[in-house]
Amino acid sequence: MAFSTTIRQAYQDELAGLRTAGLFKEERYILGPQGADIEVEFPAGADGRPVINFCANNYLGLSSHPDVVAAARRGLETHGYGLSSVRFICGTQDIHRKLEKRLTEFLETEDTLLFPSCMDANAGCFEAILGEEDVMIADRLVHASIVDGMRLCKAMRDTYKHSDMGHLRDKLIEHQDKRIRMIITDGVFSMDGDLAKLDEIVALAEEYNAMVFLDDSHASGFIGKTGRGTHEHCGVMGKIDVITTTMGKGLGGASGGCVSGRRELVEMCRQRARPYLFSNTVAPMIVAGTLKVLDLVFASTERRDRLEANTSYWRRGLTEMGLDLKQGESPIVPVMLYNAKLAQDMARDLFAEGIYVVGFFFPVVPQGAARIRTQLSAAHTQAHLDKGLAAFRKVAGKYGILGKGKREIMEMYGK
Amino acid sequence: MPIDKQMILDYVIREYLEEDDDTEITYNTELISGGIVDSFSMVSLKRFLEKKYNIQIPDADATPEAFDTVNSIAALVERFVKA
Repeated sequence: MAFSTTIRQAYQDELAGLRTAGLFKEERYILGPQGADIEVEFPAGADGRPVINFCANNYLGLSSHPDVVAAARRGLETHGYGLSSVRFICGTQDIHRKLEKRLTEFLETEDTLLFPSCMDANAGCFEAILGEEDVMIADRLVHASIVDGMRLCKAMRDTYKHSDMGHLRDKLIEHQDKRIRMIITDGVFSMDGDLAKLDEIVALAEEYNAMVFLDDSHASGFIGKTGRGTHEHCGVMGKIDVITTTMGKGLGGASGGCVSGRRELVEMCRQRARPYLFSNTVAPMIVAGTLKVLDLVFASTERRDRLEANTSYWRRGLTEMGLDLKQGESPIVPVMLYNAKLAQDMARDLFAEGIYVVGFFFPVVPQGAARIRTQLSAAHTQAHLDKGLAAFRKVAGKYGILGKGKREIMEMYGK
Repeated sequence: MPIDKQMILDYVIREYLEEDDDTEITYNTELISGGIVDSFSMVSLKRFLEKKYNIQIPDADATPEAFDTVNSIAALVERFVKA
């Protein structure tokens, strides 16, 4: 069918609708490598502006680490640029299996399978391991990729209120007639920054004979005393049946993800998960870079310790100046503003002050729960944090919200 | 069998609102387009209605539009109860 004028107009109208609704996303160009100090071209065509980055998933500050870059370069030289194949035809090199073994050691599971991304891991694994006679019971705030994966699976779908263990218990009781019950949760919830009550979830899973699925993308490398993830933090290592995670955040920030867990479940993914079977292997230089990232993480907790200290300092600073934060222990620190326009206006003003943050609003977060999500990094110095805090004080002061709670902010700006 | 809208409303409040959420919900409140119930969590409401009224609502009929208000849900259920 030709791309007729009428059809073109229909798409143009839809895009215009997104702009009118304030939902149109525009990319901002970073001029150089990822880091705490970056130069950003925004809007397109403007001169680059130096800003401090408070919105990357660069938790350990390894995205441009010289040792990681050097390892990736060596990988490029020794293993080539690409494999031109999916894994099971001719796309698996020695280093792919080596990385899978290292991730298995790191997560303390039984086996691991690499995917092109964690989005792909989540999209593929439910369909591979569950069937019509099973039920998936997910926290209502799980990541969109899990929602997509659940939609592709024939098992019954159900949800429980966010971190509400009483509600989860009700659901587990309700579904005792199913062959397999799988509880599905994020480790760290990406929009709120809180941690799953994984110890309680595991206890319920044992009581009601259920499996546990954990997406630890916003935790791997830094949550827990040695950075293994939420299962380490909650004292339930070895008790999680499936862990998915990404190499695109704390673990180097390039790309790639994995399914890790019970040997048989990982093998089912190798046999059946469609994103694994039908998309290209992870590029060799990324595998080589991630192996170096894991060496660094195994060798020292210094980076995750610094990230923890930075997070405490940042949280304390924002709280003391009177901003309303979502409570949590992770380096995701959401500043609650409730009103979408206020979140966008403040993010714009902070950018003008040299602080790069992004406002989030419906449909990414619930109606009336707009926020600026700040994210800390081990690459942030004391000076970065102090400059960020000073900017927040100035901009929040301009909008008159310092010392104001939810009700007062909503009275001032609306829902 | 008459459709008990209050029972549906009570279920929606119990199943979808947090304890500290004081959002007022009426029979005409937009549940899905208003962001109170996401289309994914709608499944438990569908199952509740099917059990309560001993009916089967085909997925093709369980649309976000049909589930958007207590009134529209009651109309949908009534259709299958009569059928």
